[in-house]
Amino acid sequence: MSKSAMLEVKNNDPIGTLRDFFRDLLEKKIVEALLIPKKLPSGDGYCQTLIRDPEMLVDVNPFAPTLAVQSARIISHLTITEPGSQIGAVLKSCEIRAVVELVKFLQVKLDRLILIGVDCLGTYEPSDYAKMNQQEGEGISITGKLLKGAQQGKIEPQDGYDLRLACQICEYPNPQNADVIIGLFGHNPQKEIYLQLQDGLADELAQEGILASSEGGSTSRDSVIERLTEERLKRRDEVFDAFRSRVKGLQDLMDALSTCMRCHNCMVACPICYCKECVFRTPTFEHKADQILRWADRKGGVRMPTDTLLFHLIRLSHMATSCIGCGLCDSACPNDLPVATLFRAVGQRVQGMFDYSPGRSVDEEPPVATFREDELQAESGKT
Amino acid sequence: MEEFKPRIIAFLCHWCTYTGADLAGTTRQQYPPNIRIIHMMCSGAVDTIYILKALIDGADGVLIGGCHPGDCHYQTGNYKARRRIAILKEILNQVGFSDDRIWLRWISASEGKLFADTVTRMVEELQKMGPNPMKKLWLA
Repeated sequence: MSKSAMLEVKNNDPIGTLRDFFRDLLEKKIVEALLIPKKLPSGDGYCQTLIRDPEMLVDVNPFAPTLAVQSARIISHLTITEPGSQIGAVLKSCEIRAVVELVKFLQVKLDRLILIGVDCLGTYEPSDYAKMNQQEGEGISITGKLLKGAQQGKIEPQDGYDLRLACQICEYPNPQNADVIIGLFGHNPQKEIYLQLQDGLADELAQEGILASSEGGSTSRDSVIERLTEERLKRRDEVFDAFRSRVKGLQDLMDALSTCMRCHNCMVACPICYCKECVFRTPTFEHKADQILRWADRKGGVRMPTDTLLFHLIRLSHMATSCIGCGLCDSACPNDLPVATLFRAVGQRVQGMFDYSPGRSVDEEPPVATFREDELQAESGKT
Repeated sequence: MEEFKPRIIAFLCHWCTYTGADLAGTTRQQYPPNIRIIHMMCSGAVDTIYILKALIDGADGVLIGGCHPGDCHYQTGNYKARRRIAILKEILNQVGFSDDRIWLRWISASEGKLFADTVTRMVEELQKMGPNPMKKLWLA
């Protein structure tokens, strides 16, 4: 169960108001460290920063409209061994879904973690954001422009720029499974911010005199989320349909992936690909020359480096069931291959086989980690 | 034109299907010689990489043989194999590669005849399908 509260915005400055809230959390030791996006000194972007000293909260922005790194990877690093401190993490919805998946793969421990989810305005490619910053110069708030559309759920990107495709087709603009939700939709962020708090934490905040909360939610927020989700689902299905009609056969897939140079960036960026040592980077795939020559002999010739198709299909077989759709593989690809769309479109179908929705709940077992005795009878030739 | 002779790579579990294949031999069951057997300890040890690598390198079919459900020597290896292979096949279907070149079959140590019949049928089916299109895919 959860409680809710309304945070009154001071000086028409929602980010400043939240900064004060985070300061309270740190000073009253609700969290002993806070992971939050902080503006780079160049202004060209944001980086997740683990803050101990409340003075460091200057220039933090929970709504930072870029996502350079999937924070779930950072959270894994911070919690896989007992951190010794209560850590708060300000995350976007896709990052929390990745955290939920990594909990199930035993890569994240929630014990000393407070998940603070924000209503997401979407993110720009980090390179686009840097360009915008350099063109627009000081004083023009890129986040501010997106915030203007938050109340109605009509988010308008900067002229001449698009949000990342993954964000355009994201059906989860609002976070789930967070201990604290910072709500923007359905409320005027110049005036108020909606907070939803998990019960225990709500009581703790009330005791410390930080915030009083009550039962009930926000119907205006719910209706904006409902409409926004519907629009995103529609857009998502259009993108999936376009991809499926483009990739109908093996040759189409090869064409779609033809400029892949197997740099592994998609894998490195992926929060679900958590293996410390990927098989594609082991001696198993350091083929001997005579072996490669034999393959070349058999096919007449062979693309070098080898195993491009194998890499993508095997990666799919490892992560498609848990792909949470953050699209960081797209951002990481130097050749702009449609990897995120491939992984999400295929993922949708394999997740559907097991009625599994990645990021939905820590209590559901990931399909690749379990089985049922009475399932998939046709698989072994039974009719 | 030369008759198409499908080539099958088979991953057989030590405790059931491999022994079943052995029984097929000792009881003089006849089956086509199109199969190359790789001896595994369990169908659950068959990594999807093995299956795909075989197909991409030109095998016309891949047969994975394991113990019947409930009979796995390691309790649950075959259930895990079944799910893993089901996921792989769905992925292949999604990218336009027909999944009927991959056969998962439960054949016990006493079912030598079933092994011979399975191989015979698989060869027939693959003959109908023709050569694996990945065979000449140099870009893969």
